[in-house]
Amino acid sequence: MKNILGIWVNGRWREDAVADNALLLDYLRDGLGLTGTKQGCDGGECGACTVLVDGEPRLACSTLAHSVAGRRVETVESLASDGNLSRLQRAFHEHLGTQCGFCTPGMLMAAEALLRKNPKPDRAAIRAALAGNLCRCTGYVKIIESVEAAANAGVAA
Amino acid sequence: MLPDFRLARPQSAAAAVALRAENPGSRFIAGGTDLLPNIRRGLASPEVLIDLGGVAELRELRADDDKLRIGAGVTLATIAADVRIQQRLPALAQAALAVAGPTHRAAATLCGNLCLDTRCQYYNQSESWRTGNQFCMKLVGDICRVAPKSARCYAAFSGDVAPALLVLGATVELLGPQGVRRLPLAEFYRDDGMDWLALGKDEMLYAVEVPLADGWLSTYDKIRIRGAVDFPPVGVAIALRREGEALAELRSACTGASSRPELIDGLEPLVGKPLDEAGLALLDKRLLKCTQPMETTVVPVPYRRRVMPVLARKLLRNLWQG
Ligand SMILES: Cc1cc2nc3c(=O)[nH]c(=O)nc-3n(C[C@H](O)[C@H](O)[C@H](O)COP(=O)(O)OP(=O)(O)OC[C@H]3O[C@@H](n4cnc5c(N)ncnc54)[C@H](O)[C@@H]3O)c2cc1C
Ligand code: FES
Ligand code: FES
Repeated sequence: MKNILGIWVNGRWREDAVADNALLLDYLRDGLGLTGTKQGCDGGECGACTVLVDGEPRLACSTLAHSVAGRRVETVESLASDGNLSRLQRAFHEHLGTQCGFCTPGMLMAAEALLRKNPKPDRAAIRAALAGNLCRCTGYVKIIESVEAAANAGVAA
Repeated sequence: MLPDFRLARPQSAAAAVALRAENPGSRFIAGGTDLLPNIRRGLASPEVLIDLGGVAELRELRADDDKLRIGAGVTLATIAADVRIQQRLPALAQAALAVAGPTHRAAATLCGNLCLDTRCQYYNQSESWRTGNQFCMKLVGDICRVAPKSARCYAAFSGDVAPALLVLGATVELLGPQGVRRLPLAEFYRDDGMDWLALGKDEMLYAVEVPLADGWLSTYDKIRIRGAVDFPPVGVAIALRREGEALAELRSACTGASSRPELIDGLEPLVGKPLDEAGLALLDKRLLKCTQPMETTVVPVPYRRRVMPVLARKLLRNLWQG
């Protein structure tokens, strides 16, 4: 069954007919074509689907779209503006925080939430904030260095 | 995409309970971090999901004189970050912080954690994996894969928060169409992997009350393979009260080691005197007597049986020494 979902996505209010059983992940990827948000596992294990809901990181694969009605969802597509990478994205690019890139949208959104709350996190805080995000390529060190570099470069985003 | 179901988003707990009573094929959903992955794996197939996210009264968190009242829908991130809880009920804050990862905890609720489905390596698998293994009695099949001769299922309760609340002497409030009833948390659980909650078909977990008694020290920790996103192969909570040089009261509880979180009994001989080696040895014995780890996880049973008393001793010694 479909019902109207009113929701903010990347700063725009939308009203869409969305199935009751649609996950936030299905709505973003299949409904809105925002395929930056990835599905890396069969539910809750990997963090690749991390988006922000009212500024808090949230697993889009373990959230029903209708359960975040009326709230502000941000995906990785919202980070760059006018074709320019955000400071955090640039730091991942320059410090080799991304290899295959599959975990990167989730890593970026979890790190973005951290830097908004804590603009100068130490390594322990970065590790804690990214503890639910798995990466099969980088070995994590480069990811942590990227977040540190973004923090040292100034404010997030 | 998940299998088809209808979603209801009631605004009050009374409306949620009424919906549950009207729809026998329904389930409550709170944070969804346990239920949605389970639905995707074919472990649950509700016709209706009743989303508790819109019920503001479930998010109440307040201290009245001598007890803390935590609404069932309060998130684990909120509990872990609450300064009152960190100071007065440290086992609860530590247990909430030990659950899954930070992104799970931002959505995960107290009720979802306490009502967590029991787990087993033969159950928490994809449909095709389970088909290949001819299922197990918890769903579709007819034998328990970890105890094939047994008449019951041994899936393990693996929530982190329940043992902490057990040693803190918590009470649960259950809301049904007939009103509210209260139970000591220990009576909320049953030692059966398929039927582990004393929750009526039309009842919801509404709130938890934890006594704020003076003089109690408490702590929780779990054995884990990874530093985050890992269910406890074994978790232990301890609470004690000291009077001068004597242990005046002691409680211990375990998770991950039986189909229910176990409050360990038979610890009376340790009280009324200082903690000593004989007391620790008795704790070891009681832990092993009261729990029954089975091959429900890939972490071997002999290791879990050996590590449980080691963890409990460490926690008890640290608390005792302050
Ligand atoms: C990768 C991964 C790792 C995890 N690691 C841990 C861990 O280390 N420790 C741990 O404890 N948990 C862990 N979990 C499980 C889960 O995230 C947590 O237990 C969480 O607290 C569940 O809460 P929720 O609000 O998301 O529950 P939900 O998924 O919404 O619900 C869980 C169950 O409770 C029932 N329910 C919900 N609310 C009520 C109510 N008010 N009354 C009656 N029944 C209700 C639901 O019907 C469902 O059966 C993990 C999950 C994943 C996916
Ligand atoms: S897709 Fe892996 S946690 Fe969401
Ligand atoms: S860059 Fe490949 S998974 Fe992280």
